[in-house]
Amino acid sequence: MSAFSPHLQGLADELERWLGQKIEQLTEHRGQLSLMVSPDHWFEVALQLRDEPGLAFEQLSDLCGVDYLGYGDDEWETAEATGEGFSRGVDALGPGRFDWSQRPEADAVPNRFAVVAHLLSIKHNKRLRIQCFAPAEDLPVVPSLVEVWSSANWYEREVFDLFGVVFEGHPDLRRILTDYGFIGHPFRKDFPLIGNVTVRYDEQKERVVYEPVEIEPRVLVPRVIREDSRYVDEKLESKAVKEGHPES
Amino acid sequence: MSEIRNFTMNFGPQHPAAHGVLRLILELNGETVERADPHVGLLHRATEKLAESKPYNQSIGYMDRLDYVSMMCNEHAYVLAIEQLMGIEAPRRAQYIRTMFDEITRILNHLMWLGSNALDLGAMSVFLYAFRERENLMDCYEAVSGARMHATYYRPGGVYRDLPDKMPKVAESRWRKGKDLERMNKWREGSLLDFLDQFTEDFYTKVDDYETLLTDNRIWKQRTVGIGAVSPERALQLGFTGPMLRGSGVAWDLRKKRAYAAYDQMNFDIPVGSNGDCYDRYLVRIEEMRQSTHIIRQCVDWLRANPGPVMLRNFKISPPTREEMKDDMEAMIHHFKLFTEGYCVPAGETYASVEAPKGEFGCYMVSDGANKPFRVHLRAPGFAHLSAMNEMAQGHMLADIAALIATQDIVFGEIDR
Repeated sequence: MSAFSPHLQGLADELERWLGQKIEQLTEHRGQLSLMVSPDHWFEVALQLRDEPGLAFEQLSDLCGVDYLGYGDDEWETAEATGEGFSRGVDALGPGRFDWSQRPEADAVPNRFAVVAHLLSIKHNKRLRIQCFAPAEDLPVVPSLVEVWSSANWYEREVFDLFGVVFEGHPDLRRILTDYGFIGHPFRKDFPLIGNVTVRYDEQKERVVYEPVEIEPRVLVPRVIREDSRYVDEKLESKAVKEGHPES
Repeated sequence: MSEIRNFTMNFGPQHPAAHGVLRLILELNGETVERADPHVGLLHRATEKLAESKPYNQSIGYMDRLDYVSMMCNEHAYVLAIEQLMGIEAPRRAQYIRTMFDEITRILNHLMWLGSNALDLGAMSVFLYAFRERENLMDCYEAVSGARMHATYYRPGGVYRDLPDKMPKVAESRWRKGKDLERMNKWREGSLLDFLDQFTEDFYTKVDDYETLLTDNRIWKQRTVGIGAVSPERALQLGFTGPMLRGSGVAWDLRKKRAYAAYDQMNFDIPVGSNGDCYDRYLVRIEEMRQSTHIIRQCVDWLRANPGPVMLRNFKISPPTREEMKDDMEAMIHHFKLFTEGYCVPAGETYASVEAPKGEFGCYMVSDGANKPFRVHLRAPGFAHLSAMNEMAQGHMLADIAALIATQDIVFGEIDR
């Protein structure tokens, strides 16, 4: 295992000691520890993180979902110049660029949905991020943590609502933020930004009616990924240090 | 004799004590609450999804609209997340300005909470007094940013501009004239810092005034003592943070334990409750207002003595000045790229959190190296608090529901996001 910054080394050692083989990946980024676990161990690891005195994560601060579809895709060619105009940046297929009828068929992407939780240990004044990827893409299922931390209840309902990740063992898995009878999971990357239906009060019918959205999908600034030379240098440096031959 | 059944009641979404758009389904046995099921999401605007379609800086304004009574604290978490991912740090003076405005925001929020909480439980006058002081603090917001509430003042790399040398005065009008106008402008002769100096000196007596109205008030105590008591263990389990956690006796405050901005230089105490009921949480928040006033005074002293830059001079992140753009081609290009495309944030993920007035406000940000965030998740303190409503309400009377909603300091902008 690679070395960590001094303020994280103690926690990393404790994690190694208690979790051992259950750790898929333990990384440090920007001074924060990130622990990757397989969904099979998700519940078990959570229980240990809460109960082992050397870890003692009493609180689940936050739990959320991430849809990794289209991670690293950009809409604007930066490596070479082209003769095309601005429209080349607007033709791409980000969630803000299409409406419900044109929504793309998502390919089966391995490791598409991740569940990420942030834990807090008040006893040791430590934070830890744990994450796992849901196995199946058509129906992502992850064990529920409600029995470990009560605060997971609403957070898991939110992830279910917005991403369609099902939490096995959750006592009350209902939608929470979207409307009653809502169709789809709005925070997935293949769900249009403008949504699907609008709601208004119809005076003739004397009730609220649902209609297809009228607004045009529109995003003004294309998504650009620039390999900034400053960060490239940084990356190379850290890589060199890791491989054991620091720059002379 | 007819059969007696439990009664299901709909509380809200249009109810003056629901603090916005809370729909609460209550199952009542007589007047006793057996089960409370909050339905939220009526104010859901998909802020997190909107942020994915915009360059980083364009979402700062959305943060103000989350918890719309503690605006700058939300900005702080978001901006901090960007700064962490880019590996930059705001200049010292900007850190102090942020600290000062975080505390102004805390007082703004607690005054709003105090006024509306008292109003919910039948004390009208506190509300009016609280709003009198809020008005002065909102003028500070306006003086630095031009907006009374939705400031968009914090930026990655610092704050948008330095504090003004002159505090704007109240103009004469049909409603504000004569002695009234003189009184309002009395503190506004000097700079913003002079104004804050005088305001905070006076504010201690104002907090004492609120306390004379409520702390020993018999009705107030009957409505709050022993209501909604939460043990420290349960408070941690339920994800409580901020005054809700400290009211239960857990001395946890991010400003002390995981200091950010200039809080490590500040001298202040963390008030802690002992019973974890509504009355303790009231006492904690009242004391927090005094501690915030201490912090503001310390910041005012430091800011007076230490002029300096308030924004990083890095044109990849912050725009060059107008004068520079007039005769420097590169500055012009930087300005153009910054406002048409924004800046690219190196790939990675981070979780930044601040001690917002209501509790821990966190921002989890995933970047894939683009000029827009790949995913932003906002951890709103009120979301965790409201999810405990069922547990807190069980066994209490219907009238106590108003006290519970008030003590949780619920704002739907942040819960529904």
